[in-house]
Amino acid sequence: MSLWEYANPRKFMALSGAVLPFAAAGTAIALVVGLAWGFFFTPEDYRQGSTVKIIYIHVPSAMVAINCWLMMLVASLVWLIRRHHVSALAAKAAAPIGATMTVIALATGAIWGQPMWGTWWAWDPRLTSFLVLFLFYLGYMALWAAVDNPDTAAELTSVLCIVGSVFAVLSRYALVFWNQGLHQGASLSLDKEENVADVFYWPLLIAIAGFVGLFVTLLLVRTRTEVRARRLQALMARERMG
Amino acid sequence: MMPDLGKYATEVLSAYGVTLLLILALVLLTLRQSARTRRALRQVEAAHQAKANGLTAKTKPRNKETPQDG
Repeated sequence: MSLWEYANPRKFMALSGAVLPFAAAGTAIALVVGLAWGFFFTPEDYRQGSTVKIIYIHVPSAMVAINCWLMMLVASLVWLIRRHHVSALAAKAAAPIGATMTVIALATGAIWGQPMWGTWWAWDPRLTSFLVLFLFYLGYMALWAAVDNPDTAAELTSVLCIVGSVFAVLSRYALVFWNQGLHQGASLSLDKEENVADVFYWPLLIAIAGFVGLFVTLLLVRTRTEVRARRLQALMARERMG
Repeated sequence: MMPDLGKYATEVLSAYGVTLLLILALVLLTLRQSARTRRALRQVEAAHQAKANGLTAKTKPRNKETPQDG
């Protein structure tokens, strides 16, 4: 069985309908366990005090915001190369989720930054590239809304997505590229020495799983809605033509 | 039950508050949009089906009658 079979809307609807209840249940469990563990049962950091608890929402939301754009990039490339409608609709469906996660990351970062850095905002490479990524999300959604023909909209937004990917990568690796600014390095790493302390690590990992699950669940629901909306448009167009 | 958040209570609670509010809004909007589209599609599909059935009913008797007539 090939992966491309699921580019068929009927097969996608059948598979996603079967997966959705499990995705939603797993997401709810991971979010509740991760956030409750992090908020209620972890100690304060010796330097950051209780603000360290913001890590359980800031890091997962930032990760989802960046990786959502990369998922949109893959879906856009699939659309441009293979012309599968479901992939274009999945990219469209993902954008509002990514934009919301970017706002959460920016807002919680500002709230965390104020007591720790003494400022809500700095034109630091990572923060700036993240803000630009948010503007790209807005532009991407505006472009989908502005173009009437869905195929043309999919093509234009795919190109925009490819351009915006530069900022998705920059917001992830800005610290490596410029090695300056207020923002600290990655909280999680494959190198155990660079990770946060174990007491914060496990609840953070579960919270990340919860946010990723939330992204997948919402993406499935929204893509199913887009597939239905496309069929609705097709039927209405057929009726108009008589 | 509530942990002692010390002097940063406002910051921590507002960060969680903003996050939960935005996620809740996103989930509700997603579900509302999904329900609306599903309802609209069901109505249009039903109308479409009814129209197709009507056309079939109109054309079928004629097809049946043709051999007898001939």
